[in-house]
Amino acid sequence: MSAPAIEPVAPAAERTTERVTLAKALNAGLRRAMEDDDTVLVMGEDVGKLGGVFRITDGLQKDFGEDRVIDSPLAESGIVGTAVGLALRGYRPVVEIQFDGFVYPAYDQIVCQVAKMRYRSGGNLRMPMVIRIPYGGGIGAVEHHSESPEAQFAHTPGLKVVTCSNPVDGYWMLQQAIASDDPVIFLEPKRQYHADKVDLDVTATPDQLFASRVVRAGTDATLVAYGPQVKVAMAAAEAAANEGRSLEVIDLRTLSPLDLGPVFDSVRRTGRAVVTHEAHVNLGMGAEVAARISEECFYSLEAPVLRVGGYDTPYPASRIEEEFLPDLDRVLDAVDRSCAF
Amino acid sequence: MSQHDPVVGADRTTDPDPAGEGPERVATTQAFEEVFGPARDSEPELVQLLTPEGERQHHPLFDQDFDADTLRGFYRDMVLVRRLDTEATALQRHGELGLWAQLLGQEAAQIGAGRALRAQDHVFPTYREHGVAWCKGVDPLRLLAIFRGVDQGAWDPEAHHFGLYTIVIGAQTLHAVGYGMGMQRDGVVGTGDPDRDAAVIAHFGDGASSQGDVNEAFIFAASYNAPVVFFCQNNQWAISEPIERQSRIPLYQRANGFGFPGVRVDGNDVLATYAVTRAALQRAREGQGPTFVEAYTYRMGAHTTTDDPTRYRLNDDVERWKLRDPIKRLEVYLRRNGLVDDAWLADLTAEADEFGRTLREGCKSMPDPAPASMFDHVYAEETDELRAEREGFAAYHASFEAGVS
Repeated sequence: MSAPAIEPVAPAAERTTERVTLAKALNAGLRRAMEDDDTVLVMGEDVGKLGGVFRITDGLQKDFGEDRVIDSPLAESGIVGTAVGLALRGYRPVVEIQFDGFVYPAYDQIVCQVAKMRYRSGGNLRMPMVIRIPYGGGIGAVEHHSESPEAQFAHTPGLKVVTCSNPVDGYWMLQQAIASDDPVIFLEPKRQYHADKVDLDVTATPDQLFASRVVRAGTDATLVAYGPQVKVAMAAAEAAANEGRSLEVIDLRTLSPLDLGPVFDSVRRTGRAVVTHEAHVNLGMGAEVAARISEECFYSLEAPVLRVGGYDTPYPASRIEEEFLPDLDRVLDAVDRSCAF
Repeated sequence: MSQHDPVVGADRTTDPDPAGEGPERVATTQAFEEVFGPARDSEPELVQLLTPEGERQHHPLFDQDFDADTLRGFYRDMVLVRRLDTEATALQRHGELGLWAQLLGQEAAQIGAGRALRAQDHVFPTYREHGVAWCKGVDPLRLLAIFRGVDQGAWDPEAHHFGLYTIVIGAQTLHAVGYGMGMQRDGVVGTGDPDRDAAVIAHFGDGASSQGDVNEAFIFAASYNAPVVFFCQNNQWAISEPIERQSRIPLYQRANGFGFPGVRVDGNDVLATYAVTRAALQRAREGQGPTFVEAYTYRMGAHTTTDDPTRYRLNDDVERWKLRDPIKRLEVYLRRNGLVDDAWLADLTAEADEFGRTLREGCKSMPDPAPASMFDHVYAEETDELRAEREGFAAYHASFEAGVS
């Protein structure tokens, strides 16, 4: 009896698919961007030897050196402001803001300098910079570590604002953001960093960066979500399906520019829309999405567009954050109210 | 808190005089001053190579020889940028400019610094650096265009090595440090090749020295040994706030606390400003890191044309500073040493008159930008949203034209 044929195992270097977390995917995306382009620099607090407090930059300084992975003083305006200078000199800095609530010291540099440099110069200057911000709650953190400042940046012309909801998007979107000649606020849902592993095929053809995506098809109502809320929306759609209600889920991914074409198409079919995000509802991204749906889909709507989000309070102490964060039940409650119209 | 509060009790145990009213307080204050020096040094030590009376001084560290052409060049630069300032102020009064930030009195600080730059050195200005822009070959009309509201800075910063005017106080000092860090990575610092080595100069004022960004820029520059000269024109006033409201010590002494040298130069002395800035730039180019240069000067005019300095400062001060006029002292020196004569000065006056005419005519003939240009250059990769807004704007305006015809 002959020995069974053994399938040769491809060496690690030739394997193109790997199961990764969001954190690993972002790390791999950064690494690949740095390999592809010598002008890409990483800069921020603790990004070097420590690899970042979330380890997103783990191992990069070891492989690319201290000139390309720069441990910075603890000064957010300084990090962003010096990155402006590096971008003016022809580099592509990727800066890490350690936590969402720490971005405010850099707010002036971001909205007055990063966002306006190209406009101010009449197109003479470029500002190819990525500002990575781990954002959102659900990790039991203290104050300033759980905020969702996306609307503050999406309201600023000159910036582009994107957020990933899963490892595959994280890997591709980060590389595309770095390659963009416009400044990109790159929001990373920190509670997803180590949550799920998915197959990442590094040879795949990615979606384009500034595009939303239908992540679950449905017919009865449209759920619009992004970042950490995509997982909540998907769970809500699963629960609704068990009760016989079909929900379509759209991951916006890009908040500025907003890509609402797929949302409009969906709402014209379903007649109902619920927008959900962790950020405060008042003047949040949901308000913009709801207004635009109302303008574009007025005659298709069976109910007003409803919003589910964080309450209009500062982010609360973590022992009660689960009450603040929109969960599956609050999303389904909004769907019920929409369907009851 | 109750009297049983253990924390309160602990405080009482450790400090019997928590209000600090006893004789120990006086003794402690004296001891501190003995150890750490006076809280304030109001009489500045200046690097000066030319006195207000036009007499040449010598300095052990910064002295250098200046040939006649260089000196005449400094003088011509200062006369012409003062003319630019005068014309621009007049144009504002005539409604041709919305605003003008005057440089009157700061010509030597700006020309001295500007002429110390090599072609490859890069400038990050605030909004008053008209003299430095002049030295870097930026068309003065491009400066007027900003204040006329035609654009927000339409010269090519890379071609001129002169960045855009920055309105937010001190924000550009961080850009300068980052740019310098880029120069380090590009291998144009400390190579020993004078044609290759480059540095950055960041201009700001005494008011900006209070800003967080400026202090962060000091920290970043020191930490990375960035090739940056921080050039502060201490013109004594941040709009109506005097220098006493910005600093309890001479500004140049702050640099020491950040770990790099600071030097105070007579900012009304173009020779000294040139020599000190040149040395600081060379230090930066050689890879020896940042330097703080405080050009001690005076804003003879208003902060901007909307300001009324008679509300907050004494005329006596202004008159006293007029005696230190940067242009007059060089003129005295040039005349006394036979480096210029009446004919040369008359030619320069004629040149300034012609320059003034060019500015007036050029300013008034600037067309307003096309309204739809407001949508240009927001993004390198324009968004569909913005494109739609632009098209909507065009269609809206076209609807009026259609109605008229």
